[in-house]
Amino acid sequence: MTKMIGKSVKRVEDKRFITGQGQYTDDIILPNMTYAQFVRSPYAHAKVLGVDTSEALAHPGVVAVYTGADFAEINGVPCGWQVDFKNGDTMKEPKHPLIVVDKARHAGDAVAIVIAESREAARDAADLVDVDYEELEAVVDPKKAAEEGAPLVHDDVPNNICFDWELGNPKDEVDAAIAGSSHVTTLEFTNQRVAPNAIEPRSYIGDYDSTNDKYTLYTSTQNPHLIRLLLCAFVLGIPEHKVRIVSKDVGGGFGSKIFHYTEEALVTYISKQLGRPVKWTAERSEAFLTDAHGRDHVSKAEMGFDADGKITGLRIKTYASMGGYLSTFAPAVPTYLHGTLLQGVYTTPKIHIDVVATFTHTCAVDAYRGAGRPEATYLLERLMDTAALEMGMDPADLRFKNFIPAFNGIDEPGYATNVALQYDSGNYAPVLQRALEMTGYEDFRKEQAEARANGKLLGIGFSTYIEACGIAPSAVVGALGARAGLFEVSQVRVHPTGKVSVFTGAHSHGQGHETTFAQVVADKFGIPMEDVDIVHGDSDTVAFGMGTYGSRSLAVGGSALVKSIEKIIDKGTKIAAHKLEAAEEDLEFAEGKWTVKGTDKSIGFADISLTAYVPHDYPAGLEPGLDFSSFYDPANFTYPFGAHIAIVEVDKDTGKVSLKRFIAVDDVGNVINPMIVDGQIHGGVVQGIGQALLEHAFYDEDGQLVSGSYMDYAMPRADDVPMIETDRTTTPCPHNPLGVKGAGEAGAIGSTPAVVNAVMDALSTYGVKNLSMPLTSESVWRAMKG
Amino acid sequence: MKKQINLTVNGKAYSHEVEARLLLVHYLRDVLRLTGTHVGCDTSSCGSCTILMDGQAVKCCTLLAVQADGADITTIEGLADNGSLHPLQEGFKEKHGLQCGFCTPGMIMTAADLLSNNSDPSEQEIRHALEGNFCRCTGYHNIVKSIQYAANKINNKEVAS
Repeated sequence: MTKMIGKSVKRVEDKRFITGQGQYTDDIILPNMTYAQFVRSPYAHAKVLGVDTSEALAHPGVVAVYTGADFAEINGVPCGWQVDFKNGDTMKEPKHPLIVVDKARHAGDAVAIVIAESREAARDAADLVDVDYEELEAVVDPKKAAEEGAPLVHDDVPNNICFDWELGNPKDEVDAAIAGSSHVTTLEFTNQRVAPNAIEPRSYIGDYDSTNDKYTLYTSTQNPHLIRLLLCAFVLGIPEHKVRIVSKDVGGGFGSKIFHYTEEALVTYISKQLGRPVKWTAERSEAFLTDAHGRDHVSKAEMGFDADGKITGLRIKTYASMGGYLSTFAPAVPTYLHGTLLQGVYTTPKIHIDVVATFTHTCAVDAYRGAGRPEATYLLERLMDTAALEMGMDPADLRFKNFIPAFNGIDEPGYATNVALQYDSGNYAPVLQRALEMTGYEDFRKEQAEARANGKLLGIGFSTYIEACGIAPSAVVGALGARAGLFEVSQVRVHPTGKVSVFTGAHSHGQGHETTFAQVVADKFGIPMEDVDIVHGDSDTVAFGMGTYGSRSLAVGGSALVKSIEKIIDKGTKIAAHKLEAAEEDLEFAEGKWTVKGTDKSIGFADISLTAYVPHDYPAGLEPGLDFSSFYDPANFTYPFGAHIAIVEVDKDTGKVSLKRFIAVDDVGNVINPMIVDGQIHGGVVQGIGQALLEHAFYDEDGQLVSGSYMDYAMPRADDVPMIETDRTTTPCPHNPLGVKGAGEAGAIGSTPAVVNAVMDALSTYGVKNLSMPLTSESVWRAMKG
Repeated sequence: MKKQINLTVNGKAYSHEVEARLLLVHYLRDVLRLTGTHVGCDTSSCGSCTILMDGQAVKCCTLLAVQADGADITTIEGLADNGSLHPLQEGFKEKHGLQCGFCTPGMIMTAADLLSNNSDPSEQEIRHALEGNFCRCTGYHNIVKSIQYAANKINNKEVAS
């Protein structure tokens, strides 16, 4: 049988999507279903003095209208990660109510929910809800929020500070290292807020079955079991075994569908109140206002160098917005997913980061593709290219000079950073070397010089990133504030005929698990892929799981899968030994059969499967059946890395930036399906390009989201980007059975600084060193005008 | 206010009395239960709802059902010919032109319009034709390749790997 691992197998899930047979939540219509429409605050900050629902209730087709008072006794949605203040004080964690009672804290905060017989009736009636607001002053900037006298988002959170935090070497040592440097590069950045914009808007259906006292929540989530846990144990107080979560096909997530949202709890709760299913699907404008945003950091970054260009120290101060309420994993993003990555791929001997997390009158900010790691990479890689320019060095040479030497994590324990992490394995120079070759770097520099002479502005930008994937192990993340375990679960059920059903707690919303996971199973058992079915996204069929985010599915979920596969093979070996009348140690399992070593005596996988379920002639004392579950809690994170190079041309007259080429060489460890990994890189890269050049979830000073629709929010379209030139090196992860690291976020982490660096390189003759993203024609044109 | 509409969808004739305000996309999804046509925005910007109406790609989230009275409509469900995939459907599978699949029906219908007018488009022509369709997963790279695959297949050209 041909090996499936490492092959670009076409995706098995595609058939339903290309024929229109996918089943996304909004595709479901249940009998007797009602429709929900929210009344949302038009103000970023306002007292809610009264809500008059009488006219809405009288509207034809309206079933019910609820306001904040109806849920006053119910808990808010919880935060899943606690980061305490430097002085030990507990993180400020104000209630995030299902519907606001006293004050609206961001534009789009829900004030009432209307339930009606039809979508149209719900919408009409929502317009009839009369809310009496008293508008208050708002603050939207994460740094200004911490200033004395800033309007308070929560009255009991002084200076809007949720927590402060630091990490790294002692501050005085870092200060001394930087003070003693022969060169210091200093940059002040805004890593602008962006909207994740999965193309499927969030959609939920709550369905209470009174006969069995059981709830079903159909939800567009990345994270079905965690949603069940949070919904049951923390918000509604209903028993977990009475709740089923279904999230079959989900139209993209990029982080925004990890979190437990208020709307999920509301449709679940109200479906019991009404005895009818309740559906809510976000409109795009609601998605902009309420899907947790990403980034929104304001930072000052200083990097010191010695006379040879070796980094001597790094000092960072970051203000990070949490938005109006704490979303599920928000506190982890600017801290344990950001500060911990500041070693980058460099030998920087002294590092210190200081973070202040603030509440602002904006939509919540949480993990968005990369989550903290793009922000960290942006700081480091912008510093590196800027420093090279300032010191008159080549940006590639500066990196080669500072790379951590290669290590494989087998001959040595890995690389201990100054910011709490232990890298698993890495070999950083070859990815940059390969990217330079693909670029034709020397030729490009000649072309650039000629172009300049002819009045054309070409630029090249670099980014050599590292990231941390598959966040785990549970004990470590627990010590760092996570209120959840971060293991993964698999169940492998071999049927009597030798066909296999796999139940995984990982969740695919585009990643192609039905293919990749099946490739692993087919190879390990030596059976055709068609004999394997991958089931995910239903808490009644999948025992447990932690969902998909942080590029964790294969590294953690795939490892859990391998554990169950090994248990099946071990038990199969016992059965085969009995059938073949041989000792277990004399058997080998390969190509789908157990063979007595050195003989032609063998028995196939299907025979053993049947025997396990028809155990007439069977080992004494062995249980029948061939069905195993495993929980896998990894030993460490995994650390993919790579080198990205962007080449841009800037139009002198208009400031328009055209991305001419993008080269991405990534090392994501071993690869199961190269086609799928390339696709993940392409998509991530273009999302990162979007942040560099186009995207900004921009709040004005009154807290209005000015770019709150696709008419206003610029996202990459097909003709904004070139083909992405990709290649890989392979440095296996030493601590998981497949040697895989994770590929989902890499593209978005590496690409943004590469593009911005390229534009700065193009503008270097103008003396422009730093511009805030997105690099629109206007901002580039203004910079050129000085 | 209700109005009678008669139209053909995927080769089948339908006659319904619909509210004048009913959007065509909701008629297709909720009344005919053809849920392959998706709603990704409310401003005609994302293209997830693209269908063929009288042979032309249109965004049916900003058309009323009553505007489709008398029209001949093809949705993603009607693109395959007696169970045999359209070259575009085949191309999207062969070239990994989709990940989450949500934008895919709209992409394919837009590309069908392009290929019916220009059976051998350049990369830039393909990218330009897709300007009205968002994909957040693929970075468009493999969507372009999928459409090139389909064009080559339609033109009986050797398909590049």
